This record gives sequence, C-alpha cells and structure tokens, in this order.
Amino acid sequence: MTPDPITDSVLERHGLTREEYQRILDVMGRQPTLTELGIFSVMWSEHCSYKSSRVHLKTLPTTGKRVLQGPGENAGAVDIGDGLAAVFKIESHNHPSFIEPYQGAATGVGGIIRDIFTMGARPIALLNSLRFGSLDDPLVRRTMAGVVAGIAGYGNSIGIPTVGGEIGFDESYTRNPLVNVFCLGISRADEIIKGTASGAGNAVYYVGAKTGRDGIHGATMASAEFDDKSAEKRPAVQVGDPFMEKLLLEACLEVMKSDALIGIQDMGAAGLTCSTCEMGSRGGAGVEIDVALVPQRETGMTPYEIMLSESQERMLLVVKKGRESEVERIFEKWDLHAVRIGEVTTDNRMRVKDRGEVVADIPNSALTDEAPLYRRPMVKPAYLEDAQQLDLSALGKPATSRDIFRRLLGSPEIASKRWVYRQYDHMVRTNTVVLPGMGAGVVRVKGTKRALALSVDCNARFVYLDPYRGAQLAVAEASRNVACAGGQPIGATNCLNFANPQRPEIMWQFARAVEGMGAACRSLEIPITGGNVSLYNETDGRGVLPTPVIGVVGLIEDADRVVSRVFRTAGDVVILLGVSRSELGGSEYLKVFHGLVRGTPPTLDLLREGRLQRFLVQGAAAGVIQSAHDCAEGGLAVALAECCFDTSLGVDADVPGVTIQALYQDVATLFGESASRVVVSVSPDRVDELLSLAAAVHLPAAQIGVVGGDRIRMAVDGRQVLDESLAGAEHIWSTTLETYFERSRAIA
Amino acid sequence: MKFAVVVFPGSNCDHDAYYASKNVLGQDAELVWHKDHSLRGADVVILPGGFAHGDYLRTGAIARFSPIMQDVKAFAAAGGPVLGICNGFQILLEAGLLPGAMLRNRGLHFRCEHVHIKVEQTDTPFTAAAQSGQVLRIPIAHGEGNYYAEPEVVERLEKNRQIIFRYVTPSGDVTDAANPNGSVHNIAGITNDARNVVGLMPHPERACELAVGSADGLVVFQSAINGVGGHLKRTASVASTSGVVGVLDK
Repeated sequence: MTPDPITDSVLERHGLTREEYQRILDVMGRQPTLTELGIFSVMWSEHCSYKSSRVHLKTLPTTGKRVLQGPGENAGAVDIGDGLAAVFKIESHNHPSFIEPYQGAATGVGGIIRDIFTMGARPIALLNSLRFGSLDDPLVRRTMAGVVAGIAGYGNSIGIPTVGGEIGFDESYTRNPLVNVFCLGISRADEIIKGTASGAGNAVYYVGAKTGRDGIHGATMASAEFDDKSAEKRPAVQVGDPFMEKLLLEACLEVMKSDALIGIQDMGAAGLTCSTCEMGSRGGAGVEIDVALVPQRETGMTPYEIMLSESQERMLLVVKKGRESEVERIFEKWDLHAVRIGEVTTDNRMRVKDRGEVVADIPNSALTDEAPLYRRPMVKPAYLEDAQQLDLSALGKPATSRDIFRRLLGSPEIASKRWVYRQYDHMVRTNTVVLPGMGAGVVRVKGTKRALALSVDCNARFVYLDPYRGAQLAVAEASRNVACAGGQPIGATNCLNFANPQRPEIMWQFARAVEGMGAACRSLEIPITGGNVSLYNETDGRGVLPTPVIGVVGLIEDADRVVSRVFRTAGDVVILLGVSRSELGGSEYLKVFHGLVRGTPPTLDLLREGRLQRFLVQGAAAGVIQSAHDCAEGGLAVALAECCFDTSLGVDADVPGVTIQALYQDVATLFGESASRVVVSVSPDRVDELLSLAAAVHLPAAQIGVVGGDRIRMAVDGRQVLDESLAGAEHIWSTTLETYFERSRAIA
Repeated sequence: MKFAVVVFPGSNCDHDAYYASKNVLGQDAELVWHKDHSLRGADVVILPGGFAHGDYLRTGAIARFSPIMQDVKAFAAAGGPVLGICNGFQILLEAGLLPGAMLRNRGLHFRCEHVHIKVEQTDTPFTAAAQSGQVLRIPIAHGEGNYYAEPEVVERLEKNRQIIFRYVTPSGDVTDAANPNGSVHNIAGITNDARNVVGLMPHPERACELAVGSADGLVVFQSAINGVGGHLKRTASVASTSGVVGVLDK
C-alpha cells in the first residue's frame, strides 16, 4: 500500500471535512489509501451514517408487542398473526430522480424491493409518496411523467402491485422532487433472515448484475445540495434492470428456503463497501474479499471503483460451509452466476484485496460505530412567527362556495390520480382488495382471513408552519386512513425529507418534526420499525418544504369486512365523526386562491384521534360502517364529493357552521381542514347503533345528510350553499391530471 | 382435470393463474419450469402474463426459444387446449401459434384497469361456457397490447370467426373509446385455425373472485374444465376470501 497524498481537493471531492479526515487518521492510526478514503467517504456520508439525524432518531418509539424487527436491519417487521410477519420499509430516491427521472425512480423501486426480499419476505405491495413543483411548469411535467413511468416500468415488470400512494405539489419541489417508495412483503415470522456474516471460513458470495462504473459516489451525491453542476453527476445515477431483479428475487427466496444461508444483504447505497462492512459488523465478524473476483462489466476498473460502484441488482451472501454447491445450483437454475469472492474472518475487519494484495484494511467499527455523530446547531426559523399569522380580513371577500369547490376539485393536489395509478399494475398477485384511489391500499394475505391496509401521508405545508404539530398530523392522517379501511395501525416506517441540515433552521425543523412524530406514535401506540432520512433536499440554496412522510401498516382481521371511501347505497345516512373548527391555516384553499402557505395547522388532540381510530376499526369489524373517508385537503366539502365519485350516488348534506367572522364562515366550514374528522355512511337501520357506539367512547358524531340523487348538495346550518351536478364535479376531478399531461405531450 | 402453468423466469402472473385454477376452482394444477421438457400430463396449458425474459427485445421474442415451447407446440398440434394470457398471448404470437403481432399501446402508456370485453365466439375450449355476446368485466395490465395484423390476415380472422374477444362498452358496443390500446378491430383475443389455442390480453385469472373486484373471468376457466370433462369443485365461495386454502409462496 503506497498512500497517495490526500489534499484538500481530494477531501472535497469525497464530501469529507478536514475534521472528519483527522478522525479517519485517528481511528486508522495511519494515512488511508485512496480506496480506504473512498470507503470512509461513503460510509460516513449522511446517507449511510445518519450523522446529523441519529441523535434525534434515537428518540422515536421502536418497540411494541408486535415488533419482530426494529431499525437496524434492511427492513422492519411486525407480527400479523397466523405465524406470519409483515416486513416493510420506505426509502427515498430523491436526488437521482431529479437528475434522471425514469431511472432514478425505477432504481428507487428496485432498491426497496431488495431490502424486503433480503429479509426472506416475498414482496406483495408497493406504495409511493411523490412531490413535484407546479404542473404549469413543463420541466415539472417532464420530471413527473418520467418518475411515474420509471416506477411503473420497474414495479410492473417485476410483478409487484403498486396499490396506493400520494402526490403533493409545491414550487419548492420544482428542482428537487421527492420520490419515496414503500414496499411490504410477507414472511414466516420465525424465518426472518438477517444481514449477518458469521462463522469463520464461511464463503462470501456475490450474485446478480456485474459491477460497472455507474453510481460511483451515489451516496455522497445524496448527501450534497444540488446546483448547476448537478446535471454533470448523471454518471452517478444507476440504470435499473427489473428482469435481473426478478431473477434475484426468485432465486434468493429459493436459497433462503434451503437453510444453507447465514446472511444476505443487497448492495444498495455504497454498494459492496456497505454490504461487506455492515454484514461483518452485525455478525461480530470480519469479511475479506478480493475485488479481482468480482464480476465486472467494464475493463480496467480499479479497486476503488469496484468498492464504490452502485450498480443495481447485486446481492452479497454468506453461505454455510459445505453447502456452497447447493446454493450455486439454485442460482444456476435462474441463469445467475454466484461467485465466491471471499470469506468470513474472525478479526472484525473489512479487508479488501486485489489479486491477493491488500488494498484496504479497516476495522468494521471504524466505519460504523466510529462514524461521526453530529449534534448540529439548531435555531427556530425566522419565517415562523410571521408565517403563522393569518389575517382573513386582509384577504378580502372570498369567492363563492361553488367557485371554490370547483377550483379545489381541479387542483392537482386534490384531483383524481387515475392518470398516474393506471400506469401501475396494481392488481398482479390478485390480493388487491381496495384499488388505488379508493382510500388506503388494501391487500389480503392469502392463506389467512386477514388483510393489510397501507397508507403513506404527509401534509408538508402543515410541517412547514409547525414542524412538531405537522409531523403529528402526518402520523394521524396515515393511521386514520388505514383505520378508515378497518385496519388497526400496528407499525410504521418513516422517510424524513428535509433540506440542508447544516443550516440551523433546517435542523430545528428536523428535530421538532421527529419529536412530534415520536409523540404521536407513542400516543397512538404505533412503533416505527425503520425508515430513511433524506437531507440536503435543496437546489440553488432553496430547500423543499420539510416533508416527513410516514407509512402506516394496519391489520384487518377479516378481509371480508374492508371499508372503502365510496358511498354504497342510496338512502344511507351520512355521519360526520369529529368536529369542524374554524381552521384554514395551511389549507389547500389558501394555497389555491391566495397563493399562501400561512397560519397555524389544525389542532390535534391525540387522545381523541386514538378514540376515533379505534372506533373506525370496531365499526368496520362490526359491519356497521358502509364507507369511511377522511377529511384532508379541501376539507369536508371535498371529502363528501370524493365519497360520491366513482359511484353514481350523490349526496344531500346540511352541516353545522363553524364560528368565525361571517364573511368566511362558509369557506371555513366547507373547506377548512380540521383534523380527526371522518365522513362515514351507515344504513338507516343501524344509525342508532353507530351513534350510541360513538357516544360510548365520547366521540362526537352528527348526522349530516343522506346518500342519493345525482347532485352534490350542501347547506350550512340549513342555508343551501352548494348544488352541483355530480357528473360535472366528477368530470373536473377526474380529468385534471390527464389534461395537464395530454397538453404537455402536445407541446412536446 | 389438470392445468399446467408454464413459468418463464420473468413470468409474474404464473401464481395468479395457478391460484385461480387450484385454489379458487379446486382443480389439479402444476407450475412447469420453462427449461423442462414435460407438461406433466396436463389437460390444459396456460402461458401466463409477465415479462418472460425481461422483454427488452420484443415481448415474448426470446420466450419462444424456451425448451418447454417445443412441448407446448406439440401439445397444441395434437389439439390440446392452450391459453395465452397477456405476455402469454404475446409469446403465442412470437411462437407462430397465433397470427399477428403486438404494438405499443396507442397512448404509449402502460394501462392497468378494468375493461369490458365481449365474448364473440363460444366454440373454443375457453369460451364454451359463456353466452355468445356476453360482456365480461376483466382487468388489463399491459404496455404492448395493441394487436396488429395485415389487413388480409384480419379479414381472414373475421371471416373464420377467429376473433374471440373484443373491447366493448359496458353495454357491449364496439367503439373506439372502449378500446384501451388501439388494437385493430378492437381485438382483445383471438384463436388459431384449429380453435384450440386462444390468446387474450385481459387477465381472466385476476377476475375469479368478487373480493378482488370481479368474478367474470371464471367463465374462461370453467369452459376449459367443462371441455375436459373435469368436475368443477370450488374450494371457496367466489364472493369471499374466507376459507381459501392459500399459498404463501409459489
């Protein structure tokens, strides 16, 4: 080993500070080789080390009686009964998706799927949470079309249904879209497989796609802001091969059944480096590999390049001694070539050789335990005090309720996402009980009576206006959505998308959001079993809205008792659970009509939210609730309309007005976004039963209308304020996205 | 009565076809690996949906070289009933067991949704239990389902009543708006001259239980079972997921 001189510019290219380099010198006791420096740079990157976020993440609740696997493995797992586990996680692929939308999003899907089957689980559902700028911007339309096509291209090909998700729009995401992908798989609860290397002398196998120069320093890229030069980073975006991943998925699941396996890990961010050192570290062992044995796609690759490549669809396996040929045969069946590239050692070191010559030799702990940990400075953002002030009287006379209603239905945030989910195969595997667009995604678990309800949510405007409460509202909304379907929330995974943590104001947002998320999850008894942090989401110094997305898994005991958003039968009674208040802060109304993200987000009483959710689960199980739909963006009026869409049933409702200055009473009543409200429908003969059940748990419930007719009619305190044809309203809602994209194609 | 479901490495609806025949309809069924050379004595062969070999080339273009296809061809030549669903249909076209070719959907997007198709002919092993003109609500999920053939081929298909399924409105009208992919003459499925090989783009195996949105696809399987003289025994009510003896894995 002849070390090259490590200059400041070398460090800068590796995203390492002088202080961090000094730390490397200290833990190594010598100057690192360039390969070693590369290894440190990716393992100590924000993306892999969580150096800015870890002190905060530690405060999240991660345990519970159903938790089989908390954070620290490739994915979390919860017990769903019948001896089965739901294995799930959400992960971001934001930065690559801006540089190359199709491949960035596609490989995001590929990465999270590998995390799930690596645990021994067969993936059965995908969801995604996406954020883009305004669709009026052609760049944004191109980005979104590419992201959607990329998710479709990968998920459809591999045959895992995309059963749900959410999409939000705000100018802050224009040059920094968010692409968060959630995957859930099912495994036997006692057969969860870990990413562990142990047993000295056991063989380390490489299988999957060959290693190329693509994606080198992807993890470092995901840990830096964007600027004009980002387009030059295109070689750091990988290209996905869903067919290769399909082969890996089937072959790995077959190998796992053989019990010849000690551990397995995918090569995601930081590729071979991360998998080698993490597997050794978890197993309290060392791993020694020779890069010359690694299958390579290009000639002349250096050890540095091989170790840092983020080529997709690659796995690292540790196989029990004596069982090698058995494992090799399974991979051969799937036309995959498993290559022995090294073995497990006892010395807790990661040793990399090149044709026998040592090119890197680092203690595992140096890369993991000794990674820098920052308690970054925080300061309450200056914008907050002003942004929280909302003076309605300064906004003048509001538009008519009819105009507001129609414009909100045509807002991309609220409009039907059919143009998107129609591109996703959402039915393959024949488990999808509730189709996309009908509420939380629901998949049945074959071989049992159960089903799982899945929802990913975050209202980033609320988080921007109050990170603590906004994050709580995200947890409340996601868990409320699964409860509406009849699912008891049993676990969650988070994807925390924030701007540059080196800015104290951003770090404050992050810390407060994590605190709020933790408090909500503790109160609602939903453990967070893993997730992902994506920082540096900013371009040219402009950060995205703080977007802590949460994915919640709900357990439905009886798949025949699943509830969706839509009304079922004319004559059913419409009941509003929860209370409307004069809360327009952070609303879609303010954004669409006044271009404002302003005010304080809706208040949230977590105890009442918990009672509401338990009531929804019990009501669904008892078969008393015909339909249930959460009031979110656009408030009660939009929620009622959405209960009618995709049926041919209208509604006639009369809702109590909220207390607010007269000019804004209708706006706040119809379009305010108070939390913990759900519109349910009930057959007339069970209204009393539902109301008394609600009263028993001190849950406010009011009859507000009747299902039927071909119009959407709403009154406030007996005064008719809205009378729209169902067909007209539904046309606006269902064609908005299509119109944006067909127009964009015409221009292109 | 036994179904063989061929498994290509990139098949992804293989377990759905297997589940429909085995668990929903209670028939004997077996997954058959594409490198094998035996159809295991099956009475009916299904080529399932998916992306057989990744389909980076034309869909199904490589699958026709899989060893099992020799057996499928021999089985078909001997009059055995063969059903190609989605990618299976594409493979039948590439293998020359059915005429024509697939183009990308006219909207250029992958489309997954329930559509309506009309049963045009009932004298095939997969439509015998249906009523002529019966409209089925069945999902599609494809990016290349825009069926094309030379005008004289289409004319021959029409003349010989080889067009088995067409995209229609819910009330059964053949309109352009009801056509999700731009296929010629609204074709959703066809048969061969001997009428024992049927290919269709929609997924009947995804429409065998009301719990997942539709049970209209049952008639396709039921036809095959009746034809072979098999005994229809459902292990589960089609309206419910309860009591289904499931498989966690393939």
